[in-house]
This record gives sequence, C-alpha cells and structure tokens, in this order.
Amino acid sequence: MSIFVDKNSRVVVQGITGREGQFHTRQCVAYGTHVVAGVTPGKAGQKMDDVPVFNTVKASVAAVGANCSLIFVPPAFAADAIMEAADAGIGVIVAITEGIPVLDMMKVMNYLAGKPARLIGPNCPGIITPGEAKIGIMPGPIHKPFGPVGVISRSGTLTYEVVNQLSLQGIGQSTCIGIGGDPIVGSDFIDCLDAFENDPDTRGIVMVGEIGGTAEEEAAAFVSEKMSKPVVGFISGLTAPPGRRMGHAGAIISGGSGTAEAKIEAMEGAGIHVCKNLGALGELCAEVFV
Amino acid sequence: MKIHEYQAKELFKKYGVPIPEGRVANSPDEAAGIAKTLGGYPVVVKAQIHAGGRGKGGGVKLAQSESEVQSVAGQIIGMDLITHQTGPGGRRVKKVLVEQGLNIEKELYLSIIPDRAIAKIVVMASEAGGMDIEEVAAETPEKIIRVPINPLQGIQAYHCREVAFGLNLAPTVIKPFVVMLKNLYRLFVDNDCSLVEINPLVITAEETVIALDAKINFDDNALFRHKDIAEYRDPGEEDPLEVEASKHNLNYINLDGNVGNMVNGAGLAMATMDLIKQAGAEPANFLDVGGGASAEMVENGFKIILSDPNVKGILINIFGGILRCDVLAEGVVKAAQKTNINVPVVVRMEGTNIEEGRRILAESGLKLTTATDLKDAAQKVAEILKA
Repeated sequence: MSIFVDKNSRVVVQGITGREGQFHTRQCVAYGTHVVAGVTPGKAGQKMDDVPVFNTVKASVAAVGANCSLIFVPPAFAADAIMEAADAGIGVIVAITEGIPVLDMMKVMNYLAGKPARLIGPNCPGIITPGEAKIGIMPGPIHKPFGPVGVISRSGTLTYEVVNQLSLQGIGQSTCIGIGGDPIVGSDFIDCLDAFENDPDTRGIVMVGEIGGTAEEEAAAFVSEKMSKPVVGFISGLTAPPGRRMGHAGAIISGGSGTAEAKIEAMEGAGIHVCKNLGALGELCAEVFV
Repeated sequence: MKIHEYQAKELFKKYGVPIPEGRVANSPDEAAGIAKTLGGYPVVVKAQIHAGGRGKGGGVKLAQSESEVQSVAGQIIGMDLITHQTGPGGRRVKKVLVEQGLNIEKELYLSIIPDRAIAKIVVMASEAGGMDIEEVAAETPEKIIRVPINPLQGIQAYHCREVAFGLNLAPTVIKPFVVMLKNLYRLFVDNDCSLVEINPLVITAEETVIALDAKINFDDNALFRHKDIAEYRDPGEEDPLEVEASKHNLNYINLDGNVGNMVNGAGLAMATMDLIKQAGAEPANFLDVGGGASAEMVENGFKIILSDPNVKGILINIFGGILRCDVLAEGVVKAAQKTNINVPVVVRMEGTNIEEGRRILAESGLKLTTATDLKDAAQKVAEILKA
C-alpha cells in the first residue's frame, strides 16, 4: 500500500516536449512509472520516445485514460495547466514548476476548492511510491521500496538527504511526498499525515519542515489530536535571519512568526520526535520506528 | 521586491488613491524649490530608504519655512539613517520626499496582504494608526479588522463597507474611503503586490481620506509580467554581493558569520547553515546553487563566497541526485583551480556516483577535505576554526 500514487497511476506529462519535461519523463519511465501521455499544445500526433503527445489534457484522458498529471510548464502558464488538468478530471496533479506568482496560485486554490482533484506542489520534487511509481524529479535509486515509513517535506534535496539516511539504516519508504516550498501549496502536511494514518502499510512518518508560515504548527496540532502512528520531525532554518526569503518563496520569518523555534516547540509539544541534528536523523528514525 | 515611498505614491496617484501634494528631491536646493510650490507651511521632509522606523531614527522632519526645508533636507540627505530595520550600520539617504503638511483629525492603519493559509487576499485595518501593527496584533488583536476576499470574486462594495464601519468612520467619510479602498485593491492585483500598507491613513479636518505613508512590496515571481515595476528596483538599497549573485541566478544572502557554504537546494542549504552553528561556528551566508547545480554555478558561487572578507573556511554540501557526483566533483575542481582559494574547504557529497566523485576530488591535488557524511562535515568545520 501507499498513498496517492501507485502502480495503477497513469501519468500524463504536461510540458513533455520541453527540456525538463523530456529529461524527467525518461527518468520516470526508466523507474517503471506508467507514463501514458504527454501534452504540448500544437504538437498532437507527435511522440516523445514512445509516449503519444496530445494538444489537451482532456484528449489524453479520453484516448489513453490518464489519471495523474506531472507538470513542467513554465511559471507564467502553470496555473492554467493545473486548472486544465483538474477540469479534465485528473485525480492527482503534481506541479514541479518553481516560481508561479502567488496571486495565480490563490486563484488556482479557490478554483480547486470543492473539486475532487488533489494538487501536490508547486515548487516541489514530486511524489514517489518506491518500487511502483516515481512522479517527479527525485533520484529513484536512493529510495528503498515497500518500507514502513512515509516522508513528507517542503524541500527537495533535503528530502533526498532524509530518504538516503533512512535507506542506509535499512528503513524503506511507503510513499515520499514533496509538498513544495511555496507559500501556497495544494496538499499540506495535514492532508498527507491523514492519508498516512489511514494507510495500513505505513507505520511511521517523517515530516521535514522549514521556517515560514504556520503549516508545521497546524500539523503538530493534528498529530496530537488525530494520529496514532509515531512521527519524527525536522525543521531547517534555525539560523535564518528574519525578513529574508531563504531561497524558497515560502521560507521567510515575518513579524516574529514562522520561526524554527516556534515550530520545534509546537512539534515537541505534540509528541513528535524532533531531530535537532540532521546528521543523526537516520539513527533517530531507527530508534523510533524499528 | 521593495520600492521607495515616493515610488509607491506614484502608483497610488495613478490608481486614484489620494496622497499629499509633494515631490522627491536629490538635494537641499531642489527640496526648497519643491516646498515653495506646495502652497504653505509646514511641509514634511522624509528620507527615502527601504526600511521602516524612519521617523524615530531622525529621517522625517517638519519645516516651517523655505530656509528650514533647505537645512533639514541638508541634514537628512547623506546621513546614515539607523532604524530597527537597517542594522547597526544604517542606510545612506540619497533622496527626500517633500510634502505638504495636513490637518490630521484621525490616523488609521490599512493594508492588503495575501493570506497563505487560506489562499485569500486580506484587507487589514485598525483605528490604531501610526503604530507598529505587529504590536497591535500582539497586544490588542480585537482592534484589528480582517476582511478576506476570494481573488476569483474580487473586492465588492460590501467588503469595503465592512472595513469602513469597523473603523467607525463618519458617514461623510465612508464614501471616499470605499472608493479609495477599491482602487487600492485594484492596484494590489494589477501589479502582483505582496504587501500594500498605508500607516497612517489619515482623515483630515476637511474630511478627506489621504495616504500619509505608502509601502508596497511585490511578488518577485510575478515581476516577469511587470517590466514597469521592475524598473523601480534600487540596487543601492541591496547588499552588493547579493546583487552580484542575482546576476548569476544564484540565491545568496550575506550573513555575519565566518563559515561560507554552498549547497544545492534551499531546504538543505538552511539545514547546512544550522549544522555550522551546531558545530560552534556561524554561517557567513546562505547560498543555494539550485537543485541541479552546474559546474559554472559552482564556480560563480565560489567567487561570491570568497569576496566576503569574513570567510575563514568553506563547507560545500551537495546531494547529487539527478546531477551526478562525478560531474559535480569535476565542477568543484575546475572552479577551485580557476579561483584563488586561500581558505580551507570541506566538501561533503552524497548521491549518484559518489565513489567516482570522491576519487576525482582526492586526485585533484587541491587542498580539499572530504567529509563522509553530515556529522563528519560538521566536525571538520569545527576543526578548521580551531586551527
């Protein structure tokens, strides 16, 4: 078992003929993901390797039954791409694109409200159920398939670091999700924690947060009220100065809120095992989960 | 992106948000010339820097005559204005805004911000104008009016009325306030703002509504569709190393410590800074060369880090995923050969083709210390600083 994506996911790549789209489509296919279609407006009838290209997401759903989309469209057109996927009935939309304007994402979120589509990202590495489907840009080989631990993170390479430490400890992963580093993201920690709580094969969760916003504090409240499974946490940005955007658009301490200290305090208060030293995260997970 | 008050007021004027009469001056003579055209005294002379708290720092002064305008403008232009937002060095003032004085009856607070948690645009207002809104929020949150607006719906008259009645405005003032607020919202969405703040917004004795101050920040991600706004950027207000880094698409922030660091990915970069601190040192910077860093970016990163004279050592932490470690190691070696590196460098790499990457570093003949994992890296950084 896993959450959100698995071997039955049939992926359409939006922006498949672009440089990033081509490169990562090949990586996903090599991992064993069922990439059934690509979309680039005006290029219907072409093929990217063996993958048929369509003009619209709707056409890809009708022709080959795509149910999951992976978006590499540039920032200026990404909001349109997300709404197109949702309108075409895609169930899981994974937006990799970094740099989408905040107002565009606000409109997307209000548009998606009440619709069944689940958005992951934007500005994220994607989602992987190791051994079944890699829908994103993460390096496949660092993951250990069919394991008991779910990973949720706002970051990219920091997630790889965490996953690698888990695998080195012999701890496999059920599903790993990068929820994204933007201020406004589709799925948040709580959506993913809830899904992992209900996934019988996931026995514990690692959540990796960072400064900015209050998503970790809200997640901590959810953990203390609703979760029975153990959670290990890590927060980056203890040394980040206030008022500065630390690479991720969402990683900013503003008006005294969004600090790493406040997040760590809330998480510890909720019974989450917070790791203070990233170098020892794998070892802590081995103690907590094994 | 931040802009100056006088630039924000240009936008206010364009959008029909009332502002005091006034213009920006580069010299005391120019300031005095502007004052003459404002139709009477007092006038206000305001330092133009990208930081709040200007009044407390001595950057905002009243003047009762042309000669007084000349003298206060002379004091302010060229001063290093220190406020709680500038740091101890202050910020050099190059321009002043010269404005008419107003008969202030009431001072209010008004802002428009995006609320990331609910994905709505929020109008915030308070009768406690002129005060630090964060203090008001902490001490008397009930005094703050918050009206969330769905961006798909846009601002409606009832939203504006809710704010106006919440502020206990006189009936005669409500109509001009509603018009002003609608215009301000239009300015916010038209230009992809991340903050529009008027503190204080004043009601005058003549029952007009005027923005005495103006602060606008913009969403950097949306500047591609606002070339006119991007023109407002003032590199003189930014750290020179950060300006240089942005030319190379590097995400760099200059900090006070002495251990430089270069990392791929923002989250891992922050975690690496934290690791340096835990090792007993202070990070000299934040530098994210991107999830898929190239050899060229590594080279530029080296140059930027080394141009900070405080740097006593460098930690490179790269998680090679899609980008292979051997490619990256070659980039590090080339960059190190091209750049005159005179401080110890600790390299920690992990990921695809790690053995090959380590071999390249070891055989490079460069004085690079290789760390096996993060714990080891932290330890080696600590050792460097002791030496």
